[in-house]
Amino acid sequence: MRALERLVKEKEAEIAAALHADLHKSQCNAYGFEIMGVLGEIALALDKLPTWLAPQSVPKNIMTLTDEVYIHREPLGVVLVIGAWNYPFVLTMQPLIGAIAAGNAVVIKPSEISGNTAKLVAELIPQYIDKDLYPVINGGVTETTELLKERFDHIFYTGSSQVGKIVMEAAAKHLTPVTLELGGKSPCYIDKDCNLDIACRRVAWGKYLNCGQTCIAPDYILCDQSIQNKVVENIKKTLKEFHGEDIKKSPDYERIINKHHFKRLVTLLEGQKIAYGGETDEATCFIAPTILTDVSPESKIMKEEIFGPLLPIVTIKSADEAIEFINQREKPLALYLFSNDKKLIKRMISETSSGGVTANDVIMHYTLPDLPFGGVGNSGMGNYHGRHTFETFSHRRSCLIKSLTMESVNKIRYPPNSQRKLNWAKFFFLKRFNKGRLGLIALALLGAILAAVIKVSFGALYHCVF
Amino acid sequence: MGRGCSGRGARVSEAVGVGRGCRGKGLGTRAAEHRVSQLEALRRFLDEKKQPILDAMASDMRKVMELSEIILVKNEINYALNNLSSWMKDEFVEKNLVTQLDTAFIRKEPYGVVLIIGPWNYPLNLILVPLVGVIAAGEVKGAGGGSPHIPSPLRLQDCFAVVTGGPAETTQLLENKFDYIFFTGSPQVGKIVMAAAAKHLTPLTLELGGKNPCYVADESDLQNVANRLVWGRCFNAGQTCIAPDYVLCSAEMQEKLLPALRHTITQFFGPEPQESPDFARIISDKQFQRIQALLGSGRMAIGGQTDERERYIAPTVLADVQPSDSAMQEEIFGPVLPIVTVPNVDEAIAFINCRERPLAVYVFASDSKGTAGWARTTASSASTPSLTTAPASCAAWAWRP
Repeated sequence: MRALERLVKEKEAEIAAALHADLHKSQCNAYGFEIMGVLGEIALALDKLPTWLAPQSVPKNIMTLTDEVYIHREPLGVVLVIGAWNYPFVLTMQPLIGAIAAGNAVVIKPSEISGNTAKLVAELIPQYIDKDLYPVINGGVTETTELLKERFDHIFYTGSSQVGKIVMEAAAKHLTPVTLELGGKSPCYIDKDCNLDIACRRVAWGKYLNCGQTCIAPDYILCDQSIQNKVVENIKKTLKEFHGEDIKKSPDYERIINKHHFKRLVTLLEGQKIAYGGETDEATCFIAPTILTDVSPESKIMKEEIFGPLLPIVTIKSADEAIEFINQREKPLALYLFSNDKKLIKRMISETSSGGVTANDVIMHYTLPDLPFGGVGNSGMGNYHGRHTFETFSHRRSCLIKSLTMESVNKIRYPPNSQRKLNWAKFFFLKRFNKGRLGLIALALLGAILAAVIKVSFGALYHCVF
Repeated sequence: MGRGCSGRGARVSEAVGVGRGCRGKGLGTRAAEHRVSQLEALRRFLDEKKQPILDAMASDMRKVMELSEIILVKNEINYALNNLSSWMKDEFVEKNLVTQLDTAFIRKEPYGVVLIIGPWNYPLNLILVPLVGVIAAGEVKGAGGGSPHIPSPLRLQDCFAVVTGGPAETTQLLENKFDYIFFTGSPQVGKIVMAAAAKHLTPLTLELGGKNPCYVADESDLQNVANRLVWGRCFNAGQTCIAPDYVLCSAEMQEKLLPALRHTITQFFGPEPQESPDFARIISDKQFQRIQALLGSGRMAIGGQTDERERYIAPTVLADVQPSDSAMQEEIFGPVLPIVTVPNVDEAIAFINCRERPLAVYVFASDSKGTAGWARTTASSASTPSLTTAPASCAAWAWRP
């Protein structure tokens, strides 16, 4: 991990250059959204590893009062990390850090779509860490399919739900557990009762970050008809603030990753009412930040994850309708809601489901390492970040160390069975006491006394009684 | 409202429909009161219908299984009721500078409609114990397949359905989309379940099996080791996923162990185990024949008698078994204990490490340093030096996402 830290610090410029070549990412954005995150994770892992690794004691029952009981975290073995192309550096490195922290060997497969970063990772990783334990394999669909035929002890995949199914199916052949960080359409509900200026600024930031190519970007807006125009105006204003009059010239605005996705996004614009933006340039894969109004829930743009700088607004009449709208669809990776009404926020969280939530902002739940980051349903399974990555790549092994003495206590469970023995078993197992220190201490004392009594009486009477 | 009868096609869809309909009712299963009342109802079921349950088990396994099927399940229910409110609480997390003024927490939510597939060896325990967790988590339980012998007195609420049937019904069940699948059974079928789950991106927990090795060090207390080994191997006629599958020890230890094992078997089951009310039978003819075929491995040191009419296989110990023998090629799941001799503990660890990871590893040693070393060296699941397979005190995980 220290070697990885050196890699990132020493090669920062090269990494930023690769990200710029792939996504037109500015140096600031590269640092802010990829490099900094990786350094943070490494620092956390280095700091906390001893705690994470320590055997975890668990509460005992009467039968195991004098035994050692703990959960021991162990490496799973050889794991596969398949990265994604939208944040190609951090989405490969972050799982890698946790996998190494957990003691595994890792096969690293960066996304071939972000080719420059993939090439750089393949060059740099073996220069810093053991190339036999952490090989980097580059390649396209064919190579990945071959890779997936191999047996791993865990597969960590970030990407689309469609490919997620293929990965899980391949994993099933070897009973390999998987973590799938997928996507979906993350809804963004803007209530009438909220600070619209601030809300729209935050939404604009989150939506157009990385040219909309963020798994937790607010995908579409749900709001009342009466505020739709204001939302459009506010976002327009914010974009000018961020990028100036000519966004094409802004160094902070990225490009679409490739022609395939560019064309896909252009098709989504067909038949839509463009309230702002809409300019495209195929040569540079440029699509301007675009807002679409009065979008129909049945339209193409509402049927797939957009993953681009197109923001549809779907009008609804109430928060209830918004909740229903969200619940009729697949569970998204993130849910966003803007409201001054805390009760409404609580209600929306309770009555919907999603991988994660940020209320009154977007994206930010991603930044707290203690919040497990992952999807649910179609948006994925499993989670990571911080300790959660370590846990994902560890096996929690339950250990019970008894002694070869106190055999008379065991006699309760040995045949020949009898009602008397069963009654003892019921006593030992069927406990429902009120929680509380005193109750537990009393129980422990009782257990110790009983164990002693049983040892004496059973030992003496065993042959006569049973 | 007994919907526990076997069915096909329409029955399966109906069962899943019940679950989805409940979810549509505004996630009513989420409320804590609802979960508590369901758990209490489950406990009442175990109390009120104890006799029909035990009778059904007795006709399947020819043994009274109150400990595993009733007592341990009630224990699980009580544990959940005791802890439910703390489990359900939002977990607040550490914030960074940017989020200091914010609230950050982890909310535990139900997945939705859950499928539990139970096995036949502890038919009620291995469905109800997961069910307790499912209810505690606020899920809607879509169906519980598996054994054709689910007692029909099982009372059902609006948000639960029981589907019984064989591979055809289960295959059909698995075509449906669930939000979580919990499966207990063989690795072979586990792969089929996972492949079906992959089509819908359904997360799952697979509780499978394997050959659980049991190392006996030279300095161990003979009779106690023998008692615990025989108890673990012969409980439910060996049909326990975490039973010790085979013994690894030195040749000298093997010779000392055999008379101790013989003595324990007689103590537990009398001179004729076939007549003991505490010794179960093999579940089916297919399993009986499968286990019988393994008896040619090594040398028959104890037992070996079989009775096809009753599906009885005597408590059996096979000595000097070779790694290539048939008894070492598959999980035994019967009252047959092969002993494989190894010269020392390092060989034993190497032997275990070059095989598939089992569900449990057992080590008997009087030396505490010896037992502690095992947790670090072998990579497998629950490790319990000095046998205790009491499920209540052992949380053996396969894996879960």
